[in-house]
Amino acid sequence: MTETSGRLAACLPIRSDMDLAWVRQHVRQAAAEIGFGLVEQTKLITAASELARNTLVHGGGGQVESVVLDNGRARGLRLTFTDAGPGIADVERALTDGYTSGGGLGLGLGGARRLVHEFSIDTRPGHGTCVTVVCWAAGAPRPRKEAR
Amino acid sequence: MTEESATNRGASARVVGDFLQRRREQISQRWADETLFRTVFTVSRDETVEAAGALVEALAVVAATGRIEDVQAPGFAGVREQLARMAASRARAGATPARIADEVAALHPSISELLTADLAEADGEGTGAHQVTLAVLLGTLRLVVMETALSAGEDIIERQRLQLLEVAIPVIKLWTGIVAVPLIGTLDSARSQVVMESLLEAVVTQQARYAILDITGVPTVDSLVAQHLMKTVAAARLMGAECIVSGIRPAIAQTIVHLGIDLGSVVTRASLADALAYALHQLGAVIVDRAATGGGPR
Repeated sequence: MTETSGRLAACLPIRSDMDLAWVRQHVRQAAAEIGFGLVEQTKLITAASELARNTLVHGGGGQVESVVLDNGRARGLRLTFTDAGPGIADVERALTDGYTSGGGLGLGLGGARRLVHEFSIDTRPGHGTCVTVVCWAAGAPRPRKEAR
Repeated sequence: MTEESATNRGASARVVGDFLQRRREQISQRWADETLFRTVFTVSRDETVEAAGALVEALAVVAATGRIEDVQAPGFAGVREQLARMAASRARAGATPARIADEVAALHPSISELLTADLAEADGEGTGAHQVTLAVLLGTLRLVVMETALSAGEDIIERQRLQLLEVAIPVIKLWTGIVAVPLIGTLDSARSQVVMESLLEAVVTQQARYAILDITGVPTVDSLVAQHLMKTVAAARLMGAECIVSGIRPAIAQTIVHLGIDLGSVVTRASLADALAYALHQLGAVIVDRAATGGGPR
């Protein structure tokens, strides 16, 4: 892949339900500006909604940083969700569909991974969680990297 | 603060309080010309002066009680509403919070001049200390105005949130035994609770056998929204009504599949019209195309 340049678009707090709506709105706007198709937009917004809710519910609040990427051929959006919560002890299990520690459907993390092009998660028990997702506008190379 | 300086400050506050009380009329006249008062009270000069007078009075009380640094001082209670109205009015006129704070600060010079003149007439002793006291008092006023303005904003937001919760969810009777709920906006937990309640109520009062949940106006369907929908469908089913989820756009459909949400147990349709047709068919109602059957006008 060629050199990828990034431009910080925004850094939003995730502290309440209302912030979730704000995050969705921001992602919608950023994705539309970059030139995402309607389907890609919807997928990314939904993934962002899931991850932001995880940050809020499981991480006890945190923030999301959005960066507009450009690798010369295509543009994309990178979202990084950070919290200082309890972390995830078993990432594989957390990514399994149907597993939940809250009262949800247990599809958030695994579903979000399927909705984006790149997905990585960095967590240790007691040291918070950082989830990074990248989505490229249609026609871009889509390397499937699932790093830990 | 040492005991002595505390006593001095108390004494100084009383002097300033006296001064405010004594010169109330003059100060009000001067303040009535300041932006903060002039632009808010536009009906008559008398009204403006009266409003300024009320504020001077309140400041005099605060000073007399020696609580010149206390934003919560009881002396401010009487003018809080007026200040909130003034701040709100300035905000509506496009003034930023910083601008409003500046306008409150602009009240200081005219009153400070008067204080200097007033004290020079008397003995001229401790003028500096009294000026400091006055500055502190007006600084506190500035904080009070900002605080009042902010809490007024929060009140409005809270009220609007409750209004949204209540207003946006009508249950519509489409046919005998068929009701529909057009969902619009974000479906958070609080709102989906309202949706469920109003839907179940309508199922009872309208004796509905079919309930259509239309999600055309829901921009994002994530796993929580899906969960809320499925709970609502399950609850309606327990009451003997079948739910149909309609308004599933292509992008939403793909997203739901990728998320891995299983809506297999729920009847879904692309549009509200399809959902209605399905429900009518299930009820045994037949819609006849007049042109095809050659019927005359009704």
